[in-house]
Amino acid sequence: MHNDMNINVHHITRVEGHGNIVVNVTNGRIEKLQWQVPEAPRFFEAMVRGQSYEDIQTIVSRICGICSITHSLAATKAVESALGLKVSEQADKLRILMHYSEQLQSHTLHIGYLAAPDFFGAPSVVPLVSRAIDVVKTIVRAHRVANEWSDLLAGRTTHPVTLIPGGLTRTPAEKQLRQLQKTLKDTIPDLKVIADVVLSVAGNIPKFERQTEYVSLKQTNPPTYTFYHGGITSDDNGGKVVPIEKWHNVANEYIVEQSTAKWAKWHRDSYAVGALARFNNNSELLSPMGKEAAKMFDLKKGCCNPFMNTVAQLVECFHIVETSITMIDELLTKGLKAEKVTSSPKAGKGAGCVEAPRGILFHEYEFDKKGNCIAADICIPTNQNHANIQKDFEKLVPEIINESEDSVRLKLEMLVRSYDPCISCSTHMLNVEFVK
Amino acid sequence: MGKPRVAIFDFACCEGCQLQIVNLEEELLDLIGAVDVVEWREALSEQSTEYDIAIIEGSITRPEDEKRLEIIRTRAKILIALGACATIGGVNKLKNNFEMQDVKRCVYGKAADMPHLDTTPTKAVDEVVKVDYKIHGCPIDRKEFTYIIRCLLMGKRPEIPDYPVCVECKAKGNPCLWEYEQVCLGPIIRAGCGARCPSSGFRCFGCRGYVDNPNVNAAKDVIEKYGLTLDVLKSKMVLFGSTQGPTNA
Ligand code: SF4
Ligand code: SF4
Ligand code: SF4
Repeated sequence: MHNDMNINVHHITRVEGHGNIVVNVTNGRIEKLQWQVPEAPRFFEAMVRGQSYEDIQTIVSRICGICSITHSLAATKAVESALGLKVSEQADKLRILMHYSEQLQSHTLHIGYLAAPDFFGAPSVVPLVSRAIDVVKTIVRAHRVANEWSDLLAGRTTHPVTLIPGGLTRTPAEKQLRQLQKTLKDTIPDLKVIADVVLSVAGNIPKFERQTEYVSLKQTNPPTYTFYHGGITSDDNGGKVVPIEKWHNVANEYIVEQSTAKWAKWHRDSYAVGALARFNNNSELLSPMGKEAAKMFDLKKGCCNPFMNTVAQLVECFHIVETSITMIDELLTKGLKAEKVTSSPKAGKGAGCVEAPRGILFHEYEFDKKGNCIAADICIPTNQNHANIQKDFEKLVPEIINESEDSVRLKLEMLVRSYDPCISCSTHMLNVEFVK
Repeated sequence: MGKPRVAIFDFACCEGCQLQIVNLEEELLDLIGAVDVVEWREALSEQSTEYDIAIIEGSITRPEDEKRLEIIRTRAKILIALGACATIGGVNKLKNNFEMQDVKRCVYGKAADMPHLDTTPTKAVDEVVKVDYKIHGCPIDRKEFTYIIRCLLMGKRPEIPDYPVCVECKAKGNPCLWEYEQVCLGPIIRAGCGARCPSSGFRCFGCRGYVDNPNVNAAKDVIEKYGLTLDVLKSKMVLFGSTQGPTNA
């Protein structure tokens, strides 16, 4: 039994943004156990006031470099809802494909570059280059495919320039889509290699469980494993779907007695969003390859081991690639047409919601009659996971308190990383002070 | 001389420019072989206080960050500002259109006065410390990044374009977006991105900052030709903070 422990991870590495872990144990008593976020706030909701509806998606995509397409999409959908703009079926499909490219890009980045080193007991991917060059090259290849895919549809790998209210600035050529489809087919064997490697080290994924609520998008018509359309659901509300306009009823922000931090809750004290939440709410709708991958890892609906989020991301990679191949078929069968998009300013208010790689994301804007923004509200996934990470800490630390300090530190870092937090996204993130 | 020690630091930003470095994929493996990366929080667990080249991403928004930056400056022989946030303040400078108290209240409501939420008007890196090189763009261009780093490794001074985006756009044979009623900033913005946005049918919004001596008259001609007011152009110019603070490279 350890009587004393003093862990102070100042700026956890291999996550996007700045986060700290603090654990103090004195005479076997946990004195302090905190997940802190000292990121410099950037005030996007204040910044966009006065800006034209045409520029909103360009500005807010800069909330996050890793999920810039996702932020742009959520913002564009919100603007379209506020202005009553309709999007063609073709543009809708192309947007979903563009969104998938970012999911694959972000998931491979997280699985391969940020999380995998933990499974191998390495401080980063760099030493793995000499130890497992073939594996690293496979990951690099999959990541590059995802980036080239974003380039084709979004005009860039980061911060898209083809998304405009009402549609897209350009339509890709059929030849380009056919080429993309071929590349995606060629990527499947690489994904299988990555899955095998992760499986070979899956024994290093801690066996920890904590019941919590999982919140994600859900699409019932037609039933789809969705990242883009649908309403909000949780495994706590019996499969009911809440329209996204009511998102404030879901992401209830609250203040904890012993802390000044705003956390989010719905039916319980905290909830989790992200790949595991999507999986838990929608796994029966995965593509055949997605289902197969889940089986490989024995990942089942109702899994409440937060460390398995990384595995759920891997499962989604298969689903995304397989589904995209089919979607490209559908687009090509119909034939692609160049589309002219026009829009004009109007007063209104609207919300937009999509699944970021790391969980459900809400944007809401209000415009005056000149189309200038008068108010904005953005709620990012990492904010919604914040309380859940803290609650996981509180259950995990007593369970592993007899392990060495290094082991406790590593497990807490791995836990945070498994959420794939995107701390620089945070617009409302406050420091958490938790004292037992 | 051994391999140069390189450290990458991030301040207020989206980390999209660091992501472009990761996105170099195979090429990054080569580059990592040519230098010693001693600190890079997003990718490595190691930390260091000794380095030759410091690469700074993000803009400076708090007094404590100014101090941290000053310390980094004293340790680095060469300091590089990476991306629009660092070179010109980026979108973060939109905040400066408002009173800081108003900005904080707007986002945090009653909690606005808590000390850790303190914020000061956004600064580009060269408004705080001396910058040796700037890598423009939001995000940076991967090719330009490797070009600049390779130049530095060979002891050469990189050449950064000082002509407008229109030059690259015309060379690509793009139809001008002004004809499609888009207010494109190409005539006054520094080239080097290969006219990325206009080539995708989207107006240039100025992420690389102004050319050193923008031809204001030509820009006025364009505005007149399309019957727009200077205000429309100005409203687009502020998007990336280009009107506020130093923009000279
Ligand atoms: S310059 Fe743009 S891409 Fe780079 S960190 Fe800043 S916001 Fe992100
Ligand atoms: S589209 Fe923009 S960059 Fe291209 S020529 Fe016209 S003004 Fe210049
Ligand atoms: S076209 Fe303009 S906005 Fe686009 S990358 Fe180039 S400088 Fe930046």
